[in-house]
Amino acid sequence: MSTEVAPDNTSDTESPATYKVIGTRPVRHDGADKVTGKAVYTDDLHVPNMVFGAFVRSPHAHARIVSIDTSEAEKMPGVLATCTSADLPDPWDKVDNLGEGCVNYAHLSGNVLARKKALYKGHAVAAVAATDSYLAQEAARRIKVEYEPLPATMCVQDAMKDDAPLLHDELITHTLDDTPARPSNIASHIQFEKGNIDEGFAAADVVIEREFKTATVHQGYIEPHVSVALWNEDGRLKIWTATQGSFVVRQQMAELLKMPVSQITIVPCEIGGGFGGKISVYEQPVAAVLSRKCGRPVKIMMQRDEVFEATGPTPASFMRVKLGATKDGKLTAGKAWLAFDAGAFPGGVIGPGAMCVFSCYDLPHATVDGFDVVLNKPKTQAYRAPGSTHVAFATECVIDELAERLKIDPIEFRLNNAAKEGTRRVDGPVYPRVGLVECLQAIQESDHWKTPLTGPNRGRGVACGFWFNCGLKSSVTANVNADGTVTLVEGSTDIGGTRTSIAMQLAETLGITAEDVIPQVVDTDSVGFTDVTGGSRTTFATGLAAHEAALDIQKQMVEQAAQIWECSPDEVTVADGVYQGNGKSLSFKALAVEADKVGIPIVGRGVVDPQCSTNAFAVNLVDVEVDPETGKVTILRFTVCQDAGQAIHPSYVEGQMQGGSAQGIGWALNEEYFYGDDGHMRNASFLDYRIPTCYDLPMIDTIIVEVPNPDHPYGVRGVGEVPIVPPPPAIANAIYRATGVRFFELPMSPPTVWHAIKGQTTGE
Amino acid sequence: MKTHVTTTVNGATVEFLCQPRQSLLEVLRDELSLTGCKEGCNNGNCGACTVMLDGVPVDSCLVLAVEAEGAEIETVEGIAEQGHLHPLQQCFLEGAALQCGICTPGFLVTAKALLEKNPQPSEQEIRFGLAGNLCRCTGYDKIVRAVQAASRTSSES
Repeated sequence: MSTEVAPDNTSDTESPATYKVIGTRPVRHDGADKVTGKAVYTDDLHVPNMVFGAFVRSPHAHARIVSIDTSEAEKMPGVLATCTSADLPDPWDKVDNLGEGCVNYAHLSGNVLARKKALYKGHAVAAVAATDSYLAQEAARRIKVEYEPLPATMCVQDAMKDDAPLLHDELITHTLDDTPARPSNIASHIQFEKGNIDEGFAAADVVIEREFKTATVHQGYIEPHVSVALWNEDGRLKIWTATQGSFVVRQQMAELLKMPVSQITIVPCEIGGGFGGKISVYEQPVAAVLSRKCGRPVKIMMQRDEVFEATGPTPASFMRVKLGATKDGKLTAGKAWLAFDAGAFPGGVIGPGAMCVFSCYDLPHATVDGFDVVLNKPKTQAYRAPGSTHVAFATECVIDELAERLKIDPIEFRLNNAAKEGTRRVDGPVYPRVGLVECLQAIQESDHWKTPLTGPNRGRGVACGFWFNCGLKSSVTANVNADGTVTLVEGSTDIGGTRTSIAMQLAETLGITAEDVIPQVVDTDSVGFTDVTGGSRTTFATGLAAHEAALDIQKQMVEQAAQIWECSPDEVTVADGVYQGNGKSLSFKALAVEADKVGIPIVGRGVVDPQCSTNAFAVNLVDVEVDPETGKVTILRFTVCQDAGQAIHPSYVEGQMQGGSAQGIGWALNEEYFYGDDGHMRNASFLDYRIPTCYDLPMIDTIIVEVPNPDHPYGVRGVGEVPIVPPPPAIANAIYRATGVRFFELPMSPPTVWHAIKGQTTGE
Repeated sequence: MKTHVTTTVNGATVEFLCQPRQSLLEVLRDELSLTGCKEGCNNGNCGACTVMLDGVPVDSCLVLAVEAEGAEIETVEGIAEQGHLHPLQQCFLEGAALQCGICTPGFLVTAKALLEKNPQPSEQEIRFGLAGNLCRCTGYDKIVRAVQAASRTSSES
């Protein structure tokens, strides 16, 4: 079931607009390719004369690399090249923002191929190219690496201790306090403060403080990382790859290989999921170096266990959250202490985690301490609203407990304290018009909320979530064709239907149909710089660029109409795609046909770099049933409500809400990296790392709230990320009502739930 | 040493040479250029490589190519007929039942087999029938609805 709700309290400037294309549900432009098997993903490419690469990976979680001997592999017939970190230029400390987080190129280079030490099980140490993939794997086994194993540190609390094994001898904590004299595994300590928390907690009638832990989870895209690299004899490098951002791959390649960006072309193929995990490079630089050394195109595709063990999962965390409220239900103060595992290199997602921890509420007094901690696990990466899901689990569980203690309805308690226009977040920014209150009200009005849940072992939970959403750079060009259609050329890789949501905005502005726009995602030589498909930015920012390009086209069409009709451009008016002047009138399409005969080609251009956050909020309502015999939690009913600003293509907005919810449900109930004492992941397959299947989930009901974003001509906010945020706490709160047990650890898998219920009945 | 295999793919007789260790998935993709079936895990967990083998949906990564001798294979490339999308394909498009699209071919092959065996499945039967195919984008809601819609379309026609 899906519902769309416009807010009741819209001000005059927000009168609901009527659109012809926006809000409709056209078939996506790349649809036929994707249902017939014709869409070309990177692994579908067979570039002429192509050979295959394979990695040698560390069998140790932490080890000094004593020596690497590639000679035996190189003697094998059919083996064409080998590669180690010695083949990469010496890296230097330079930090760049890749759109969903920053990267230090020295760390990135060391992650792509280990230098002096292997820092996690699966860390790439060497690679080989051969004429077939079996041969490449066999050759990789013949590369001899001598290791000196070192003690590993695998959990955040242990890694922070003074006597923990150090990953990086030179790592000194970056902090606002005095710089420590000794290195440690704490890469940074960030702090936010608002008001005076002593005053705030003194004013509280109830104070609750809890500790939370969450496990490492993976983005779990179905397509493994895969690239084909061709380093030509003229020094030009071309890479076909599965990436969320072709331009940020180009930028990373240029830095890692020390070559100008103009020498590199990145061709983004269709991408089989990313969720934040396909922004950093892994196999691309290695395939490039192997290609340079053997003079042939090299394809590297990871196996699934390599994806789990050696690409970015999102962190495990340890968190303490304390909140105080008055007896009439007003929050007075909050204190958060958050430690996230960054993986083997600094720069995890603690920053956004610390910014999001109290982002749903108007808190007069708060402090947040966040720690970025390195340990012997793969370098963590963004995963859909990176950091926000962790902290929402902590905060929303404490909020629920406070509401219960104060005997206030959980939605009313949240409404009492909800962030709204003018609320200052603990990390500084003041919200413009946002839609959390409207989302909570829409849940209150839903059939789900109004239908009581009955039966034993059942419970209902509520939770909120926030994600910033970003702007960043996007470029498009749009060419008017002789038949009045428009070809839209863009650089945003399309993971979930953004070709169509961007094309629809161009169509709306021009007054043509979505089908009259032909969108194309092109390589980095064929369009202006465009940041990643991430940060829920694509429909917002690249859509904004498409709108600008449409206005540019419209201006040129007016000039041509004036020329044809022999009048001044000032006398030509445009409404709903109809051009009128000098007593004449033509539709966009008809005018395009005329203009093609007489005028110069019409090409529109849109380039944008909006600096704002578009501020997405979501609320979940979930009913669960807990099997007391097994601890298995079944989701009986699930409703997700989200402020989309303006849903451009409602089906794909619902799809983001449903998909994000499913990932949040997996995070809540099943997904985790199991590590042995040796630091080896024990469940590096889709059989044992269990993402939700069709059979695990119910239908996911959606309520789209539309509180227009003041920073977009059509009111668009991003929608992609925030729906992953509220499910874990909403489910934890529901399980509490079903069992009487509060859970402070993710995942709430059957053994954990069963033990807790058993402990409760036996008094353990 | 390579083995000669004669098989039928999407109604046409096909011959190929393969190594005994090569999977049907590898041969379909690399030798026969039928890249609609996808490799997601290469160990039978994700279902992205699903094809029909003698009327039964199988993970083609778990079938050796030599086992295709004399068999009838159908892939996603064979679902649309004479320039027309199959009702399932149409319902996937109209119902927005795909996002990144990498799992879509596997779902279509599995769903077609399900509907041929059980033209009017319940929601639970659809969910059980598709449980061997993983999708990380959609949360399955729109996939289940698309199969329900296709089931209605075929009962009306």
